[in-house]
Amino acid sequence: MNDGPAAVVIRATNLTRTFGRFVAVDHITFEVRAGEVFGFLGANGAGKTTAIRMLCGLLLPSSGDASVAGHDVYTESEAIKRDIGYMSQRFSLYDDLTVRENIRLYGGIYGLSAARVRERTGALVARLGLEHVVESPVRAIPLGWKQKLAFSVALLHEPRIVFLDEPTGGVDPITRRQFWEMIYQTAAEGTTVFVTTHYMDEAEYCDRISIMVDGRLAAMGAPVELERQYGVASIDDVFLRLARPEGS
Amino acid sequence: MRRILSLARAEVLRIVRDRATLVQIFLVPLAQLLVLANAATFQITDTPMYVVDLDHTSTSRGLVTRFTASGHFEIIGESSSLDLANDALRRGRATMVLAIPRDFEASLVRDRRAPVQIALNAEKGAAAGIVQAYASAILAAYSAELGTTLRPSIGAVRAGIAGGQLGEPPPVRGAARIDVRTRSWYNPALDYRDYMVPGILVALVTVIGTLLAAQNIAREKELGTLEQLNVTPVTRAQFITAKLLPLWVLALLELALGLVVGHLVFGMPVRGSVALLFGVAGIYLVAALAIGLWISTLVETQQQAMFVTFFIVMIYFLMSGLFTPLDSMPRWVQLLAELNPVRHFVEISRAILVKGAGLRDIVRPLGALVILALAALGVSVRQYSKRSA
Amino acid sequence: MKALLGLLRKEGYHIRRDRRTLVVLVLFPIIQVVLFGYAIRTDVRNVRLAIVDPSPDYATLALRTRFAATDVFRIVAELRRPEPLAQLFRSGRAQEAIVFAPDFADRLARGLPARVQIVTDATEPNTGSAMQSYALSLIRDYERDLRAAGSAVRIEPELRLRFNPTRESANLFVPGLLALILAIISSLMTAISIAREKETGTMEALLVSPLRPWQIIVGKVVPYLAIGFVSVLGVLAEAHLVFRVPVRGSVLLLLAEGMLFILASLALGVLISARTASQRVAMMGALVGTMLPTIMLSGFIFPVESMPRVLQWIAGVLPATWFVRIARDIMLKGVGIAYLWPETLVLAAMVLVLLALSARSFHVRLE
Repeated sequence: MNDGPAAVVIRATNLTRTFGRFVAVDHITFEVRAGEVFGFLGANGAGKTTAIRMLCGLLLPSSGDASVAGHDVYTESEAIKRDIGYMSQRFSLYDDLTVRENIRLYGGIYGLSAARVRERTGALVARLGLEHVVESPVRAIPLGWKQKLAFSVALLHEPRIVFLDEPTGGVDPITRRQFWEMIYQTAAEGTTVFVTTHYMDEAEYCDRISIMVDGRLAAMGAPVELERQYGVASIDDVFLRLARPEGS
Repeated sequence: MRRILSLARAEVLRIVRDRATLVQIFLVPLAQLLVLANAATFQITDTPMYVVDLDHTSTSRGLVTRFTASGHFEIIGESSSLDLANDALRRGRATMVLAIPRDFEASLVRDRRAPVQIALNAEKGAAAGIVQAYASAILAAYSAELGTTLRPSIGAVRAGIAGGQLGEPPPVRGAARIDVRTRSWYNPALDYRDYMVPGILVALVTVIGTLLAAQNIAREKELGTLEQLNVTPVTRAQFITAKLLPLWVLALLELALGLVVGHLVFGMPVRGSVALLFGVAGIYLVAALAIGLWISTLVETQQQAMFVTFFIVMIYFLMSGLFTPLDSMPRWVQLLAELNPVRHFVEISRAILVKGAGLRDIVRPLGALVILALAALGVSVRQYSKRSA
Repeated sequence: MKALLGLLRKEGYHIRRDRRTLVVLVLFPIIQVVLFGYAIRTDVRNVRLAIVDPSPDYATLALRTRFAATDVFRIVAELRRPEPLAQLFRSGRAQEAIVFAPDFADRLARGLPARVQIVTDATEPNTGSAMQSYALSLIRDYERDLRAAGSAVRIEPELRLRFNPTRESANLFVPGLLALILAIISSLMTAISIAREKETGTMEALLVSPLRPWQIIVGKVVPYLAIGFVSVLGVLAEAHLVFRVPVRGSVLLLLAEGMLFILASLALGVLISARTASQRVAMMGALVGTMLPTIMLSGFIFPVESMPRVLQWIAGVLPATWFVRIARDIMLKGVGIAYLWPETLVLAAMVLVLLALSARSFHVRLE
């Protein structure tokens, strides 16, 4: 979308979070540039969600610095929230409201005008193919569609950055594929995508990835570069090497 | 403002969708109001009484008849054994034992005074006091009645003269007499329901409002929906307002419904201004619901929310003058009760409904309510954090 | 049997992990008994009295002194005219007024009936009539002292107050509080614990296991029964040490009856949650459904005997009604099982019926 190095929209320096004596995120440092699809990989419990929650202003870091869209996570978390979209690991829309009502709720919260909400609802519903369930309570629709809906709601106010925390967890392979197509489209429209996953094959779809092991950033770079660096054929193998360094 | 409305609208939809809760919100309180309004009375109509009449004279029979005729007492047993009487008391069959000694009539005629024995089950302190008052009144009335019929015997008069009581002024004319009239204002029929219906109504609306508010945010924490709201630019004040508003309307509706039922079914008096009552109720509900929401921000799960609600609501009820008089409580409890919004609202609603009080009469408790409402709102907004610990 | 033990162990873990709830269960009853033991009294004291005395002189002053001398009354206003009374009453600054007629002393001296009026705020009828009779008896005493002694016929009651001679409120209410708090906490505990398992889906797992419905119920009830026992011990010790409430009967019998009663309340909680789908509905059912009726109908505050017949029947359905009676009888009257077997049987029957009903409700879900 642009030539030359794009602006840095997420910057973390020695970002750390501890819970009691447990160090969930241990001095991680990285930068994400505008328009990137940045993948955050790691096993369950590696600290991905904790990191994402700090960046979104949901959790105060224990130490280190970070800024998102130019706003400091300590002091300007409310300003960050205007510029980001977030889709949590756990489905977090109201399942007793209908698809339309959920969209309308978040449209109102982000201050979209009623006409704009109607317009966006129509566009989103058409893009997701949800026309026939738009008036059904969310609880009644299958998980894959719920996830797509959650993603769309996160994009409703056209944020500069969108954080997706394991968006494809528990979803069938076909839906996963469609999901990644939506991610690409979003990035193509200029939104930075910060996505976590523990599916290593999804890493190949990202522009750049970082791999978290036990709260630390073990590796970072474009997928192809990392495969070359470790001399293996896939990110899966890179990950296995990092996770069990002495093993093989 | 648009944010608040959007959030509030979603909140309303969610409440309306939850049919089971909605039914509970409206039916349970109405049913309870209808039933419980009749429960609250200390009036003692048929105190079970055991009679031990050892005198067996027309005077002693007369006394027993006065007890039964009063409508307050019912004879459940009669014998000449005090042991049997005590057993009835212990078993709880009798609440009072009336024992008339053998020479009751004789000593009344001779000395113009005679003892009777009354044993009361004083377990229930206040109730016992009332039974005691009833009994004393009957005894006093019967004494007065006997005074005109029982002439002192010649013997007694002679004995009096011999005892040197001649110096006494003649008791017939010129004796001090005080004519006491009593007036029971606001509730001349002493009907307990007039007093309790407003109180029960307040209690019901409060417990439901507090519980709904207290579990509201806790439930969203459990479901995970709160996190999605926390990454939006909604401010804390907007969030609390949007949560409070629908519950506030719901509670006011419930109160209105209860008032109509109370008025139509129980003939509860509405002597003051209904508009004033609802104005105060609006302020009161802000306080009560904000306290509920505050609980909700404090706890992590609905279970914890409920236990805290239980604790608070018990304090609301039992330290508010709702059931037992506030004036009888120790000083420190009364001071503590100043923090209890229910105490002020119960006082105000009774004053408006039963006494016909106007704004001028309720300034003090109203002021307390306003302060409590503002404080509770402030605290719940501050306590609510968009970040987790 | 082994499966049941496993289930019990699991419940034990749950309770131990959730420290906050455990603290709540043990601490709340103890705090509440202290607070309410002091707060709930029905004796009338410190009545705010207004005096309307248009022409004060020796007779009215003598009577006024008598009112001032008791601790029942506190004189808050002395007026010349009765007009301000209405406002004093409406704002609650006065609860009772003694209104002397202008010619009170004059008529008294001349042997004519001297007029005085007692006005009471009868909004609360009980306090209203109590205040009235206190004032009336003070005036009558005064009248009698003015008159020559020995002229009237007097029947003198010799009053004996049994079981609670000082008519101490704490003696009456603390045993009732015990019942009330235990009832609500116990039914809340089981109701919400089961509803929670249903919501999170773990109940499904239990239902498809070889455990039988009654075993699931026993597994749910037994751990809470143990907590309840600790609560009862704490509250009883407190009642004795703080409020000096006597336990005239057998402590052992009281504990046994207490356990039976907690069992009934727990079973009620199981039934509520077996019939409801979500935590929210179970909560509303358990809290809203049990709290006010237990406070108002169990005889804790309002005597059951004073209620209309129909309400007495409804009260009879509540386990708390029976336990309030049992607790008071054991603690204050010191009676034993020989007197209490009917109440005990009723409680036991309730436990059986409630448990059977909830076991059935679980069964229905399986089919």
